[in-house]
Amino acid sequence: MPQLLKDKRVIDDAWTLLDTDSQSLPDGDILLTYSQWQTFSEQLESHSGQIGVVIEGNTEIEDIIEPLLKLPLIAINFPKFADGRGFSLATLLRERYNFNGEIRAVGGFIRDQLYLLSRCGFNAFKFSEDTDLSEVAKSLEDFSETYQVSADQEKPLFRRR
Amino acid sequence: MYRYDNYDHKIVNERVEQFRDQTQRYLAGEIADEEFLPLRLQNGLYVQRLAPMLRIAVPYGMLSSAQVRKLAHISRVYDKGYVHFTTRQNIQLNWPALEEVPDILAELAEVEMHAIQTSGNCIRNTTTDQFAGVAKDEIEDPRPWCELIRQWSTLHPEFAFLPRKFKIAVCGSNEDRAAFLLHDIGLQLVKNDNGELGFEVFVGGGLGRTPIIGSSIRKFLPKQHLLSYLDAILRVYNRFGNRDNKYKARIKILVKAWTPEVFAQRVEKEWENIKDGPSTLTDSEFARVKSFFPLPEYKVIDGAGSAKKLAATADSNTAFSRWLDRNTELQKQSGYRSVTLSLKPAGVAPGDVTDKQLETIADLADRYSFGELRATHNQNVVLTDVNESDLFELWQQAKDSGLATPNIGTINDMICCPGGDYCSLANAKSIPVAEAIQRKFSDLDYVYDLGDLELNISGCMNACGHHHIGHIGILGVDKKGKEWYQIQLGGSANKNASLGKVLGPSLSRDQITDGIEKLLDVYVENRIADESFLNTYQRIGIEKFKERVYAPAT
Repeated sequence: MPQLLKDKRVIDDAWTLLDTDSQSLPDGDILLTYSQWQTFSEQLESHSGQIGVVIEGNTEIEDIIEPLLKLPLIAINFPKFADGRGFSLATLLRERYNFNGEIRAVGGFIRDQLYLLSRCGFNAFKFSEDTDLSEVAKSLEDFSETYQVSADQEKPLFRRR
Repeated sequence: MYRYDNYDHKIVNERVEQFRDQTQRYLAGEIADEEFLPLRLQNGLYVQRLAPMLRIAVPYGMLSSAQVRKLAHISRVYDKGYVHFTTRQNIQLNWPALEEVPDILAELAEVEMHAIQTSGNCIRNTTTDQFAGVAKDEIEDPRPWCELIRQWSTLHPEFAFLPRKFKIAVCGSNEDRAAFLLHDIGLQLVKNDNGELGFEVFVGGGLGRTPIIGSSIRKFLPKQHLLSYLDAILRVYNRFGNRDNKYKARIKILVKAWTPEVFAQRVEKEWENIKDGPSTLTDSEFARVKSFFPLPEYKVIDGAGSAKKLAATADSNTAFSRWLDRNTELQKQSGYRSVTLSLKPAGVAPGDVTDKQLETIADLADRYSFGELRATHNQNVVLTDVNESDLFELWQQAKDSGLATPNIGTINDMICCPGGDYCSLANAKSIPVAEAIQRKFSDLDYVYDLGDLELNISGCMNACGHHHIGHIGILGVDKKGKEWYQIQLGGSANKNASLGKVLGPSLSRDQITDGIEKLLDVYVENRIADESFLNTYQRIGIEKFKERVYAPAT
């Protein structure tokens, strides 16, 4: 079973990422892109497993957010780790839209971004299969204090110090 | 100045340990080069032409004597015994070893310093007026606001991977000494009709390849909303700034593409959602941060008597009188002056100082200016609060250490990037050009007669030497492997900011000082009364200058 770093723990990842050219839906929990989600909308209604959607950093989520908020999982793709748009999207999902489900980082993000990603609201991280997840999880603890408001800290330091 | 509490210490110490771990993993081959690149950049570490370069943050230019002594120590132990003051009021080490950088950061943390976000595509050091707190034309001391921005921007989780670097400047006075219109965000402290304090917000200014003067997007932002409004601007930029082409990735390109009006609407729309949230600043936070910037304990001085005595000393010593004229400024407190220690003697790279000089600077600050000093964006050092009766003594000591060259504001007080001698981006060397100009114009009477003149040199179009805003700007260009220099005229960084115009074809290194001399001749021949170079240029235009410089040799 593939592994996932979620809520600071290494767990089995039961989700299947739908292939780009897939014509049908596999059983179980599936993760699909926003356009696949639209394409398969009818079949998805009778799907027995859970559904999650992957969005890209440039998504204008304001326009599409309503139905997504009912899902248990929204994944945000990083085309490369230097592309920081996903940090803002996760922040919006948590702070503006009060999304309580799983926000999963997928794609090219790196270990050394874990602390900042988690502060923005990501709680699950999909690394490549050869990654030592308990080792990389250490980077979630890089800092124990912080100045700003964020998804995991509702008061800035100046309201606490 | 601001002092760390346990929270600040903890954050900076944890950053040191984070970077130590990253460096160890990199050296062990566990982090790829391209992944380590932004990690080291976010800690100020470049790999330059000859060695790594470490840029140390000097928040809004403020330094204590203890910090300066620590920098002298670090430069001696970990480097070659000198440091470089940059145009962002920061300090650079040119020769540190990568393996030792974590130790350098740990030493810096001991004196409440760090290198966080001094490079990379993140929010950089906030800059301001070197005379903040003592300037006679000040509306409000900008330093507490800079400190609030420093804390907000430090390790901000959402904005560590922006499309491109991001620079903020705050101006608290009527005269602009922070070039705030040439920043990604420029904040002008203002009071509204009810006497309430706030900011006029400018965005999209900048130098580099596409120099643009910032546009006002909000006439009055009440002070308590500063941080949420900055969050709104940064969020819009982070989501919609160009990430495909690094030369089109600065916020100025987005503002221009959308127009400032549309950009302002997007920001306001974003801001509506976070305005009045927990980031709204509180009166107790204003009071806390402000309390770190009290007036020094000035002596009560008879201003008229002090001025008279000083004039008498100056009358009897021409060298002192010159220095007094050029290198000191009146300030708010009667009987006190601000002193600029020149880091621009001929023959030294502008902004470079040795470990010994740093120690002298620290001693002078302790002896004469309450133990504090400022780095300036013109690459000099300022002691803001010197009793006029101490000036002669201070001058003698500064002179003995090569820190009293009486050239502030003159053609020899040039801004100059490290250029091709150090920087791997540069197309041409800049330091030897600066030196040649200083040597050519070494006659002080002539230099003083020219008056205020800003000459800025960049070794490439990234414009670290601010050539677009020099009255005379020099830009190094590469033509078929040879170094050439383009001249621009008429730039200015004050409130009526203007960008220089290209004079004509580039000159070779051999021609550049003669070219500058011809420009100065045209000025001297055409000026009316004590008109400045910039004003003469604005009145007569570029043609006369052009004709002279490119006239066939006779």
